[in-house]
Amino acid sequence: MTIAEIQEDIIDEFSMFDDWEERYQYMIDLGKTLPLIDAQYKTEDHIIKGCQSKVWLHAQMNDDKVEFTADSDAIITKGIIAILIRAFSNQHPKAIIESNTDFIDQIGLKEHLSPTRANGLVSMIKQIKMYAIAYQTQLN
Amino acid sequence: MINIDNIRADFPILNRQVNGKPLVYFDNAATSQTPQQVIDVIVDYYSNYNANIHRGVHTLSQEATDLYEDARLKIQQHFNAKHSYEILLTSGTTHGINLVANGFTSLLDAHDEVIVSALEHHSNIVPWQMLCERTGATLKVIPMTTDGELIMNAYEALLSERTKLVFVNHISNALGTINPIETIIQKAHEVGAAVLIDGAQSCPHIKPDVQALDVDFYVASAHKMCGPTGVGVLYGKEEWLDKLPPYQGGGEMIDQVSFEKTTYAGLPHKFEAGTPNICGGIAFGAAVDYMNAIGFDAISRYEHELLEYATAQLLEIEGLEIIGPKDLKNKTSVISFNLKDIHPYDVGTILDKMGIAVRTGHHCAQPIMDFFNIPGTVRASFAFYNTKAEIDALISGVKKAKMMLS
Repeated sequence: MTIAEIQEDIIDEFSMFDDWEERYQYMIDLGKTLPLIDAQYKTEDHIIKGCQSKVWLHAQMNDDKVEFTADSDAIITKGIIAILIRAFSNQHPKAIIESNTDFIDQIGLKEHLSPTRANGLVSMIKQIKMYAIAYQTQLN
Repeated sequence: MINIDNIRADFPILNRQVNGKPLVYFDNAATSQTPQQVIDVIVDYYSNYNANIHRGVHTLSQEATDLYEDARLKIQQHFNAKHSYEILLTSGTTHGINLVANGFTSLLDAHDEVIVSALEHHSNIVPWQMLCERTGATLKVIPMTTDGELIMNAYEALLSERTKLVFVNHISNALGTINPIETIIQKAHEVGAAVLIDGAQSCPHIKPDVQALDVDFYVASAHKMCGPTGVGVLYGKEEWLDKLPPYQGGGEMIDQVSFEKTTYAGLPHKFEAGTPNICGGIAFGAAVDYMNAIGFDAISRYEHELLEYATAQLLEIEGLEIIGPKDLKNKTSVISFNLKDIHPYDVGTILDKMGIAVRTGHHCAQPIMDFFNIPGTVRASFAFYNTKAEIDALISGVKKAKMMLS
């Protein structure tokens, strides 16, 4: 599936929720169930420090696709990470570079991607793009 | 006695809805809300008096100057300073601390020591670290107990004839601990050290008497005591303010200027370079009037009731831990807490969805969080315009957050 198709799927899933509680419960459950990163990558090298919560991000190239794994110490942040990973992981670097995160607005989670929120997510998305650019340069 | 309905009617923002729910504002330790009486003064200033001060011969300038200097007198009376020129109007607590820290650069050398408490906010740590870097002086730290209270024996052991300065907050922003500043000041003076007390968190709750405390410097911010942001006060004893060199150069702070030599103005203008926050200063005076009209005895009694009420209910929630003094006599209306195995950010996010504003994170006091080995806390801080019904909303919000996040 392309990034755009996955994002459409996520928007569809979220449209089934009636209120904020259902949306947040879904994210919290996502955050609880997914093992998101291998313990060996949960180190200072992979940390993105936010004032509110911490995020760890690891990237590696499998064939010509970038695989991302990530984690957070806060569960709502982790739930959003799970959604972002689903959208951007195992995609071609060029597709990642050309994509955007507008779908997060559409599923009602815009405030979590505010730069002033300091939860590490904005830096994480920047870092995802940086990895994609770096791997794309390698491929060229 | 607090007439809560009348008081709440003074604060237009308390009628707001947030995420479809009535706002419950429990982030008062970060900034307080503004009563209509102060908002009116701000509107009136810009509608009728706006002019630059201290230099115009025209009527507007004269009137604006009178209003500004009148505010200084109100603030002087509030803090019971001996002279109005010992009251410097600053941009806030951080500005006041930096002004003093900068001034001590020329008064310290590598043999000197300065003492800070383990309970400080970054604003009362970093300027002193910078001072130590500039002068070679050593920074010593008063340790605290696991209840977040300063260990006074350890403080006394740190004091010596090398100690030149001690700085402690009156009340901790992260935990609400009321520090024994009377003893801290007295002991520091016995070895000849000066003391700066950061009153940012105390001034919303109590009325400090700087002469009775015999404190050398006392700093506070207007925006935590129903005034606007961007203005604050630095009280300094005349003898100390005379010793410190000017902080910033500019207009207003001079006596005579030539390219060969400039002589500085007297107090307080020596430290008030440039056009100040005129409207802010006047509104600060109005905020002080507003709070004094209610009365600090009534305010602290009522807030203590809220603290007791909220503490008892929060402690009934299984897995909830309050960080800070267990004895409520030693703290103000600030409750820092965590739910077991739940990140404070998650709790704060769920509470916000319910219209409840709390602070989460390290509260700009990372060393305190490191001491307790926690990423941060959820902090609910109450003001005299909050109610027990709002605390009930907080309690059910915390229970819901716990249910969703466990």
